[in-house]
Amino acid sequence: MTSDLTGLLAHEMAAALRAGTVSARDLALAHLERAERQNHALNAWLLIDRAGALAQADAADAVLKRARAEAPAVLGTLHPLHGIPVGLKDLISVEGGQCTAGSRILEGYRAPYDAHITGRLREAGAVFIGKTNMDEFAMGSSNEYSAYGPVSNPWDLDTVPGGSSGGSAAAVAAHHVPLSLGTDTGGSIRQPAALCGIVGMKPTYGRVSRYGIVAFASSLDQIGPFARDARDAAALLHAVVGRDERDSTSAPIPVPDELLHLPESDDEAVAWLRGKRLGLPREYFVAGMDPDVERRIREGVAFLEDAGAVVEDVSLPHTDYGLATYYIVAPAEASANLARYDGVRYGLSRRLDGADFIADYLATRGEGFGAEVKRRIMLGTYALSAGYYDAFYLKAQKVRTLIKRDFDEVFASGIDALVAPTSPSVAFRFGAKTSDPVSMYLSDACTLPVNMAGLPGISVPCGLSEGLPVGLQLIGPAWSELMLFRAGRAFEGLTAGATWKGQEPTALVDADGAHGPTPADRAALLAASG
Amino acid sequence: MAGLSRADVEHVAYLARLGMSPDELDRLQGQLNHILDQYMKLAELDTDAIPPTAQTIELENILRDDIVTPSLPQAAVLANAPKSEGTFIVVPPILGGEAT
Repeated sequence: MTSDLTGLLAHEMAAALRAGTVSARDLALAHLERAERQNHALNAWLLIDRAGALAQADAADAVLKRARAEAPAVLGTLHPLHGIPVGLKDLISVEGGQCTAGSRILEGYRAPYDAHITGRLREAGAVFIGKTNMDEFAMGSSNEYSAYGPVSNPWDLDTVPGGSSGGSAAAVAAHHVPLSLGTDTGGSIRQPAALCGIVGMKPTYGRVSRYGIVAFASSLDQIGPFARDARDAAALLHAVVGRDERDSTSAPIPVPDELLHLPESDDEAVAWLRGKRLGLPREYFVAGMDPDVERRIREGVAFLEDAGAVVEDVSLPHTDYGLATYYIVAPAEASANLARYDGVRYGLSRRLDGADFIADYLATRGEGFGAEVKRRIMLGTYALSAGYYDAFYLKAQKVRTLIKRDFDEVFASGIDALVAPTSPSVAFRFGAKTSDPVSMYLSDACTLPVNMAGLPGISVPCGLSEGLPVGLQLIGPAWSELMLFRAGRAFEGLTAGATWKGQEPTALVDADGAHGPTPADRAALLAASG
Repeated sequence: MAGLSRADVEHVAYLARLGMSPDELDRLQGQLNHILDQYMKLAELDTDAIPPTAQTIELENILRDDIVTPSLPQAAVLANAPKSEGTFIVVPPILGGEAT
């Protein structure tokens, strides 16, 4: 019974709840059990909150019971997320709960308030299973930079789930939750979605309020959904989008309710593609891309063409400058955002006997931050420092304009959406990219330009390469999330019969119980064997 | 643009208030210079006439009425403070020490 429940999609769970064939408590118990059983092997969760989840599930059941007894019409008005288990990346504030951002410097910190999106999920009646593991302060592409240990990819436990939202992606791929939220600053939702074989979307900058989200780079950060299909991801996005007074960068753009009504029928979904103009940006087929990944992408493109879409070669000429631009702008913003971790108002605090306050800061931050975070703070500080600001930061901001213009011009020419790879490779082994920071940064070559331009992007599964998932990325103009979900839904319809469809992560059979190796053990073993 | 010298790395680490061991600083120097090399690519582009982008969203001057609304209770604010006294957070002394 329990494994049957965790195999359902969120919209299937929602139907069962309304029909009364399953309770929110049943759902919570099934997902908690699975998460608890497999977390030793996967390390996707930093916190599994059994008591909290069951309390929320019971409350959701009470609403369902009352509705069924008194006003059955109310059942229809409940949010699709009512009673549904969700995971939250551990930089999303949940009042009274931990919010480590994957860092030691926030160990023990308890959020004094809910993030805006947390409040919205509570209103929707969602059930919080727990907080997921992540690269420290969202800086990373493999979850190897978490201060709480790496996460294993459910498809091959010796490989990474991607990052920085590695825990959120792995949890959904492993059926610990049907839905989770992550954040994406340079690709941190889309890339792990691709590596874990699930759907992940980064909305347009400004779609979702960042209030209560630990900040990395304030002009790039966005919150977004992970799910196992487009309909579920769209419902989760719908639950959290919209203007919030407390985040002045959250846009007053209306929320399309059509996000909750993506087609049920594959034929109807696929019909949307007829006549759509899709652009294939040549610069995204980056040097060093895995040839088999490229093959999967091109097969995906062929499917789209067979369905009636017109696929054209386009150029985004400044793509190659994206990496350098991003790795100036994001660290610069991070150096400012992370200045608050000084051990004075919260977090790790080292007060040295007889020392001055600067020595205290040096000790607190030196101890509390990991190597990648320090690297980025250093880069950012340098790029903003006197004498270098013009050459680095200002220059990067100007190139950002050029990157954005590339997209604007392509969309203005009538292209509906861009189709591209999400990641140049499939999931890589622990340690494969940690010795050279730049090789890790290249994992995001196809995703970070989208953040620089503030545009929405989605990754949908498009097959396997040597048993590991490949993701297809779709990029749209600002505010086109509904269009992207329709395109993603259409692609799902097109690939419904594919041999890789419905395959569960094969490595999960090795993920049960508390006695096998942890992801950290596996990483150490791989490092030792060279 | 010159690469980072060891003295530069120490200076930037101090500006960023990051305490690091000599080994860490050595490692960082190499890694940072490798990353800085990637930045050289941007010099290929003529951006004299290009305006900088700080924000991709076209919102300006978001204001609210100057009305007092409920904020965080003091207890909640103080709960995470490493050191507090009454309704105050105790901070390390800033003035009168040797630090500049």
